[in-house]
Amino acid sequence: MPRPGFVLEVDKSTPPILFWRGENFSLEKLPAGRSRVIYAPEPLPAIEDVDGAIRHALLNPIEQDPLPEQLFPGMKLTIAFDDVSLPLPKMQRPDIRQRVIEAVLDMAAEAGVDDVHIISALALHRRMTEAELRHAVGDRVYDAFAPRGTLYQHDAEDPENLSYLGTTPHGEDVEINKRAAESDLLVYVNINLVAMDGGWKSTATGLSSYKSLRHHHNPETMIHSRSFMDQHRSELHKSNWRMGKVLLDSGVKVFQIETTLNTDTFPSPFGFLAKREWEWKPSDRMTFLASTKALNRTPTRLARKIFHSIEAPHQMTSVQAGDVEAVHRITTEHVYKQQLVEVKGQTDILTLGIPYISPYNVHSILNPILVMCMGLGYYFNMYKGMPLVREGGVIIMTHPTQPDFHPVHHPSYIDFFEQVLADTTDPKVMSQKWEKQYAEDEWYKHLYRTTYAYHGVHPFYMWYWGSHALQHCSRIIIVGGDPKTVRRLGFVPASTMDDALEIASDVVGRAPTITHLHAPPLMVADVS
Amino acid sequence: MISENLHGKRIAVTGATGFVGTALVERLLFSVPDCEVVLLVRNGRRTAAAERVRREIFKNDAFDRLRASLGPAFDATMQRRVSVVAGDVGTDGLGLSDEDAKTFASCDTIIHSAASVSFDSPLDSAVEVNLLGPMRIAELVNRIGPRANGTFPHLVAVSTCYVAGNRRGTAPEQLVSAGPFDIGLNWKTEVTAARRLRGDAEAASRMPSELQKFRSEARSELGAAGAPALAEKTEQNRERWVKDQLVEAGRSRAASVGWPDAYAFTKALGEQALHETKGAVPVSIVRPSIIESALAEPSPGWIRGFRMAEPVIISYARGLLDQFPGVPEGTVDVIPVDIVVAAIIAVAALGPEDAPHITQVASGSTNPLKYRTLVDNVRDWFTEHPIYDSEGQPIVVADWKFPGRGKVEKQLTRAKSIITKSEKVLQALPLRGNQATWSAKLEDKRGDLERALEYVELYGLYTECEAIYSVDNLLAINDRLDAHDRSAFCLDPRVVDWPTYISTIHLPSIVLHSRVKTTPGKSTLDRSDRLRKQILDPKRHVAAFDLENTLISSNVVESYSWLATRRLNSPERVRYVLRTMKEAPNLLSMDRKDRSDFLRYFYRRYEDAPVEQIEEDSRELLAQLIMTKSFPAGLRRVREHRALGHRTILITGAMSFAVEGLRPLFDEIVAAEMTIRPDGTYSGELAKVPPTGETRAQVLAEYCAAEGLRLEESIAYADSSSDLPMLEAVGFPVAVNPETRLAAIARKRGWLVENWEKSPGGPRPRLPLGPMMSEREQKRFSVRNGRNSYRSLS
Repeated sequence: MPRPGFVLEVDKSTPPILFWRGENFSLEKLPAGRSRVIYAPEPLPAIEDVDGAIRHALLNPIEQDPLPEQLFPGMKLTIAFDDVSLPLPKMQRPDIRQRVIEAVLDMAAEAGVDDVHIISALALHRRMTEAELRHAVGDRVYDAFAPRGTLYQHDAEDPENLSYLGTTPHGEDVEINKRAAESDLLVYVNINLVAMDGGWKSTATGLSSYKSLRHHHNPETMIHSRSFMDQHRSELHKSNWRMGKVLLDSGVKVFQIETTLNTDTFPSPFGFLAKREWEWKPSDRMTFLASTKALNRTPTRLARKIFHSIEAPHQMTSVQAGDVEAVHRITTEHVYKQQLVEVKGQTDILTLGIPYISPYNVHSILNPILVMCMGLGYYFNMYKGMPLVREGGVIIMTHPTQPDFHPVHHPSYIDFFEQVLADTTDPKVMSQKWEKQYAEDEWYKHLYRTTYAYHGVHPFYMWYWGSHALQHCSRIIIVGGDPKTVRRLGFVPASTMDDALEIASDVVGRAPTITHLHAPPLMVADVS
Repeated sequence: MISENLHGKRIAVTGATGFVGTALVERLLFSVPDCEVVLLVRNGRRTAAAERVRREIFKNDAFDRLRASLGPAFDATMQRRVSVVAGDVGTDGLGLSDEDAKTFASCDTIIHSAASVSFDSPLDSAVEVNLLGPMRIAELVNRIGPRANGTFPHLVAVSTCYVAGNRRGTAPEQLVSAGPFDIGLNWKTEVTAARRLRGDAEAASRMPSELQKFRSEARSELGAAGAPALAEKTEQNRERWVKDQLVEAGRSRAASVGWPDAYAFTKALGEQALHETKGAVPVSIVRPSIIESALAEPSPGWIRGFRMAEPVIISYARGLLDQFPGVPEGTVDVIPVDIVVAAIIAVAALGPEDAPHITQVASGSTNPLKYRTLVDNVRDWFTEHPIYDSEGQPIVVADWKFPGRGKVEKQLTRAKSIITKSEKVLQALPLRGNQATWSAKLEDKRGDLERALEYVELYGLYTECEAIYSVDNLLAINDRLDAHDRSAFCLDPRVVDWPTYISTIHLPSIVLHSRVKTTPGKSTLDRSDRLRKQILDPKRHVAAFDLENTLISSNVVESYSWLATRRLNSPERVRYVLRTMKEAPNLLSMDRKDRSDFLRYFYRRYEDAPVEQIEEDSRELLAQLIMTKSFPAGLRRVREHRALGHRTILITGAMSFAVEGLRPLFDEIVAAEMTIRPDGTYSGELAKVPPTGETRAQVLAEYCAAEGLRLEESIAYADSSSDLPMLEAVGFPVAVNPETRLAAIARKRGWLVENWEKSPGGPRPRLPLGPMMSEREQKRFSVRNGRNSYRSLS
C-alpha cells in the first residue's frame, strides 16, 4: 500500500533537503523548528490490464452510449489527442495515447468507419516533430495515417480550417478546428497529469485559436483562478466550461476519454529524486554525489540532452470515457487521490526547486520566462483552498536561470525577453501594450505554422500564468540564477539559500516559517 | 591712424578660408568700417567660390560678433563690402577671368596669405603655391599695369619666420639671400626639379611592378569586394604613393639645404622669387612665427583648423604621446593669431612708402615662451582638467622628461613595429565580431602611433630650433601707433602673459575644438545608440540584408550538405563528409578569390536534383538549419524595419529555394536562381549572375530606382568586405559580425557595427547534415522519386 503524502517538520536531525536546480540539484539545510517539507504521495498501484481497462471504458461510457454504438459507416470521425506537453517527462513506450487511439481505431474499423482524422490538439503550442508524433501515437498509427495526410496537427492560424461557433453568454468567442467541429463524432484522447488538464479545456483550448483563447488566457482570468488545480475556484475553467456549452449547443458531439497516471516519475537510477531524504540508502547517496559531481562538469547543452532523454515509468491508474463533464469529475477524483496532501496553514516563505522541464520545453530549454512560469504559474498554484505562501510572503526558487533560449522552439520568447520584459514585467501592462503586436505578427505565425515554434503570443501566456503569484507575493528570489537575467524578470538574485533567506528577512522577519514543495513528483497541497 | 589710412580702400585678400585669412577678413570688416574687401577664393570641387565664402568664412564663429553687431543687416553689409573672385594662386595668371583680374589688380592693397601650410605637403604643390604664388600675383599686377592714379597696388605677402632655416642665434628682418648663411640656391632650378619629380613619381607609380603592389594591397585590405571597388582602391593607393614620394622628396630636399621642412624651404625661395620678379609692384613681407589661438580678437581662444601644436598637445593629453623632444630652456616661438593679423593690417595701412620691407611677428626675442613653461603649464592644466577615455576614466598625463628626438622616435618606432606585427597575425586569423574589433582597435592604435611619430619627426625640429627672430621693425610700427590703434590693433608680442594665455585661453579652446571627452562616466547615449536611432527612423526607405553571417551563421555549403544528406544512410553520410572535408581547402580559397565563381562551381552539385524533392526538403530547412543557426537579434532588426514601414530586401548568394522560408520577413528576396530542365530536375547552372559583390550594390540601386526610393536613405547590413560596394552605396551601412578587414574599414569610417550571436543554449549540430530518416521513409521517398541522391553522390 503506497504511503500518502506527508508534511515533514524540519528538526535538528533532518538531513539536508533535495532541491532541483534545472539540469542539476543540490542539498539545502533548512532552518530547524520553523521549516517543513511537503512530499508527494507515493505512486498509486497501476491498472494491470491497461488494454482491457480501456476497452471496458469505451464499452461502458459515462452518460453516453458505448462507443461502437456511436460509430457508423460513412461517418466523419475525428480523434484529437493531447500534444507533446503531456505527460512530463514523456512516458516510456507505448504511450497511453497510442493504446487508447489504437483501441478507438479498432472499433472504428469494426464499424466500417473510413473517414478518420487524427489531430494533435496543440492550440498555440509548437508542432510536434515526426519522432514525437511517433512516440505519442505509435509507429503503426503514424505510418497508416501520416502519409495520407489524415494524421496532422491543429493549426490555429489557418482560417480555412477553423470554425466559428458563436459566443458564450459572457461574450467569449468560441472557435475550434473545423474538422473537429464538423465531425459526426469527436473523440478526445487525454492524459490528465494534473487536475488542471482535461474536461472542456481539452477541446475548448486544445483545438481553438487565439481569438478564442484570449478570453481566458489573460491576466484578469489568471488572477482570479485560485487555483488552476481547483476547477470550481478557477475562472480559467469556468470560461472553458462556458465554451464547452457552446460546443454542445452547436451540435459538436464529444466522446471524452480521460486517463490518469501515477506519479512514478523517474526511472531506476534517478529513483532517489522521488525519495524522502532520510530514507536514502548508501547507493542513493552515491548516485546523488556522482550525478551532481558529473553534472557540474557537464556542459549544459549535454546535460539537457541527457535529462530530456529520460522516459518516465508512469503507469495508468484510471481510464474513463463518455460525457465530458461527468468523465472529468471522476478523473479529478483520481488525480486528487494521487496528488493531494493535507497541509495546515500558510507559510512566510515558499521554497521551490525548479527542474529542467515544464510542459513547454520538451526536448528544449527551460528559458527564463518558463522558469518564472514553472515557479509562479505552476508550483505556486499547486494548491486547493489557499496558497501555500501567505499574502505578502516570499517565494525562493532554485534554478540557474541563464538567458538561454531555443531558437527554433521559442523565437518569440527571445524577443519577449529583450523587448517586452525590458519594458515592463506587469502582466496587465504588457497585455495592453504588447500582446496584440506579438499575437498578430506574421513572422511568428509563419514560424508557428511551418516550423516548430510556439505561437507569438505564447510567452505572454506563460507570464500571465504567474499573475496571481506576482500580485500575491512581495518578493521573488532566485538562488543560483544569472543575476542580470533574474533582474530582467523583476526578481532578486541570490547566490546561496542562506543569502536568499537573508534577503527575504526584511520582508518576513528574522524567523519566518518556510515550506518546501518537494516536487517533482507533482502534488497538490490542500491548505486549510 | 590705421582706420584712417585704410578708410575707403579696397583690399584684396588671398587665402581667406585659412586660419590667418579668416581672422584678417573679419578684422578688416569689423575694425575698419569703410574698407571693401575682394576675396580671391578657389572654386571647390562641388561648391563655387562665392558659396565657399558664405559657408566657410561668414559661417565661421569668428564672425559671431560682427553678425551680432550688424543684426539683420549682416547679409546685406557683406554683400556690399565683400566681393569674391574665383581664382587659384597655384595657377599662372591666378586662373582669373579678365574682368576678375582687373578687379583684383585694381585694389589698393593685396594681402597674400594663401599658402600650403601643411608641414607635410608634397614638394611640387608646396612649390606651386608657396614659391610661385606670390610671384604670380606680382606678375599679374604688372601685366594689368598701373591703376588710374598711376600707382600699383601694395602687395603684402605673408611668409614665415622659419625661412631663416635651421640656425642658432638672431635671425634679422632681412631677405635670406641678404644674410650670411645664404647658399645661393636658384629658385628656378628648384621649380623645374620639383615639377620633374612629380612627373617621375607619376611615371614610376605606373610601372607594372608598382601597380601590382597597389593592387595586392587593395585586395588585402578589401578582400573580394569586386572589380570596381578594387580598382578604386588601387588607384587611391597609387595616388597616395605618389604623394608620399613627393612629401618625402620635399622633406629631404629641405633638410639637405638647411630648412626644417618643405614649407619653410619653399617660403624662403618664394620671398626670393618675389623679390627678383616684383617689377614695379611695391612689396612688404610679414613673417609670423608659429601662429596659435587668438589672445582677444575676434574672441579669446578663437582658432581655425587643427594646427601644429594642437595635435601634439591633445595626443599628450590622451596619453598617446608621453614624451615630446625638445630642450627645456629652448624657446618655442608662438604668436597669437590676432597679433599677426594686426601686424598685417598695420603694414597695409602704412602703405608702400612707410611700411618696412620685412616685418617679423614673433615672441622669442622680446617675450620668450620657454619650452619648460609650456610643458609645465600643459601638464598642470591637464592634471586639473583631465580628458576621459571611452570608459569614462580620467587619463593621467605623463611627466615630461625632455628626451632627445632620437630617443622618442626610437621608442615610438618600436611600439609601432610590435603593433604592426600583432596586427598581421590577427589579420591572418579568420576572426569575426568582437575579436575582429580587437584587431580594428589595434589598427587604431597603430594609426595613433604613426601620427605621433609623424608629429615628432615634423615638429620636433621646431621645438629644437634655437633661432631668435628679431622684431625691430614690428616694434617700430608699434611706436608709430596712436592710442586708438593700440587698442583696436594690438600687435605688441610683449603683452602676452604666457601662463595665463596657455591655461585660460589656448588649452580650453583646443580641448573644445578637438571634441575629446571632458566629463567623467560613460556617456549615456553612446555613438552606436545614436547610429541605431538614425537607422531606426521612419524616414529611412530600404533596409537591405545579406544572409550568411549577417542573419544566420551558416553558408551555402551547409544548406547543400543538409539537403544532400537528408536521404542518405549512415555509410553514405560518412563518405559524403569525408569527401567534403577533402575538398574544403580548395573551396575556401576559391571563395576568397571570387564569390560568384565559387557559387557557380559549387551549385553545379545540384545538377539532377529533382525540384519537387528539393522543395519538400527545403521546407524543413527553415527550422532545422536557418532558425537553428539564426541570430535572433538580426531577425528582430529585420522586423523592426518592417514595423517602421521600411522596405526590407534580402540579397544573398544562397539558392532561392533554401531561403524560401524567410519570405515573410522581406518585401523582396534576391537569391541565386537555377534553371530547371523539362524533366523536373535542376540543371546545376545558374539562370543569371549570382548576387554577390558589386552585383548586390547594383541590385539594390535598381530596386530603389524602380520603386522610387533613395539609396542615401537606405540601410545595408553585411558581414564581409566583399559586400563593400553595397555598404558604400547606401547612406547607412552596418557591419554585422564583421571579419577583420571590414571591422577595420567600419571603424575608420564610423559605421555602425553590430555583433549578433546565435541564441545561447540553442542546439549546435556539429555537422550540417539532415536528420536521419527511418528506413521506411527512405523507401517511400525513393519509390516515389526513383532516386535518392544527386549526381555528385551517386
